[in-house]
Amino acid sequence: MKLLVCVKRVVDYNVKIRVKPDGSGVELANIKMSMNPFDEIAVEEAVRLKEQGKATEIVAVSIGPSQAGETIRTALAMGADRGILVKTDSTVEPLAVAKILAKVVEQEKPDLIIMGKQAIDDDSNQTGQMLAALLGWPQGTFAFKVNVGEGSIDVTREVDGGLQTVGLKLPAIVTTDLRLNEPRYASLPNIMKAKKKPLDETSPETLGVDVAPRLKVVKTAEPGGRKAGVKVGSVAELVSKLKVEAGVL
Amino acid sequence: MTTLLFAEHDNAHLKDATHKALSAAKALGAPVHVLVAGSNARAAAEAASKLEGVEKVLLADAPAYEHQLAEPTAALIVSLAGSYDALVAPATSKGKNVMPRVAALLDVMQVSDIIKVISPDTFERPIYAGNAIQTVQATDPKKVITVRTAAFPAATEGGSAPIGAVGPADDPGTSSFKGEEIAQNDRPELTSARIIISGGRSLGSSENFTKYIEPIADQLGAAMGASRAAVDAGYAPNDWQVGQTGKVVAPDLYIAVGISGAIQHLAGMKDSKVIVAINKDEEAPIFQVADYGLVGDLFQILPQLKEELTNAAAEYAA
Repeated sequence: MKLLVCVKRVVDYNVKIRVKPDGSGVELANIKMSMNPFDEIAVEEAVRLKEQGKATEIVAVSIGPSQAGETIRTALAMGADRGILVKTDSTVEPLAVAKILAKVVEQEKPDLIIMGKQAIDDDSNQTGQMLAALLGWPQGTFAFKVNVGEGSIDVTREVDGGLQTVGLKLPAIVTTDLRLNEPRYASLPNIMKAKKKPLDETSPETLGVDVAPRLKVVKTAEPGGRKAGVKVGSVAELVSKLKVEAGVL
Repeated sequence: MTTLLFAEHDNAHLKDATHKALSAAKALGAPVHVLVAGSNARAAAEAASKLEGVEKVLLADAPAYEHQLAEPTAALIVSLAGSYDALVAPATSKGKNVMPRVAALLDVMQVSDIIKVISPDTFERPIYAGNAIQTVQATDPKKVITVRTAAFPAATEGGSAPIGAVGPADDPGTSSFKGEEIAQNDRPELTSARIIISGGRSLGSSENFTKYIEPIADQLGAAMGASRAAVDAGYAPNDWQVGQTGKVVAPDLYIAVGISGAIQHLAGMKDSKVIVAINKDEEAPIFQVADYGLVGDLFQILPQLKEELTNAAAEYAA
């Protein structure tokens, strides 16, 4: 079984972002970038499926500027076999990402695609579902556990109120939630080996996909702040304040 | 100009997320139709028909929609989409699963998780875990929108819309429901509760959640939540997680116990009306957003809090 994993280069999870003073966006210059954490979980799951003998090849794809190649190298160091960089300096919205990935799927013909449920920059949570729609494939979103069978896959999903398990015919798409696995750190020897793994480059234009944005960003602003309140000295004072001052009890 | 709202329900009951998403749908300025897709879901459709501001309820009642799996449900919504200018759903796990599939089939770029309607095509939505708010204008002729329910008030009852049958659409037949583990209890749901008490990793065990958090939740009629650290440690179930990647809540009162206040957690609760923080570390970032902070050992404070609340309730009753 051939796997495709999709990885996005985003502002590192631990960076506190700043909105540009002119409201034109978020400050990205000289900021640490990393693989989207949900995509790390996707790569890890793919590598585990290969280690269990259920997958034969893992192809990692990323869409972005040339530095997104480094994100693919991270996936290769974790255990993916080869990479495809769809190089573009434009902002690519989830719908266009899904169209690009659909073209890559046409060429690569994977049996299963694994990707993060959302990227922690735009928080859209759309691409996996959109790609599934464009391909006419079933989707197992927000995966908590996956169980690959013959020609099918069972995906246990994190849903409001608990867990739900769906059975999907392959080929299918899985999007990962936080508790699917704990991604490994790439070892130094594997990082060195990853430098020799094949990494092909293409572009949205070569694939024939129009990436013109459909959403116009009018402005980006700081969220409304919240001020620290008061410290209370005792539980009795707390309950009294909640009753009398805040009126929420 | 008409808007179609995809209802959140469990066939027997309409969920509060629908009431809140309806407020967002109405803000688009067009008449609103509500789609109830389910199996034996007339009760949910009847509840929807009573909501103020609903012009019509569409009931798609078929076995294929019992669990509203993405594949058949998206096909149904797409089959109805021709008559609508905007398709709206609450950003629940169902809405988030189904709507992007609908959007892609209609060649529309979805606007996810809106927190404000500026005009029928312009919306505010949080990015970077709520650390920035983006205003976006959708240029596609049709809009597909999911709604962050915590940001909108619940629509009230007072309507009597007609219920019409629709569908079923062709089921792609690529997916099936295999089972679910849904917690059964009498507590309010996290996303619609008026009061929430959440615990962090300092609780130390799931037994301590039961021993220290639950009695207070019972006393207040509150929902229980948890930080990601507590969920990852196995102290609380995953659907209790409040935060960027869990549930986003905005209750009247949010009590954070032993939660330090990582930005990912703050993103999920900072719009609560009143925030109480109980933590032994007085430097914890949670105190920077809390209206009332109490520094101390939660294992001593929580039993006292239970007692004070019981006394306060008794006084009120007398």
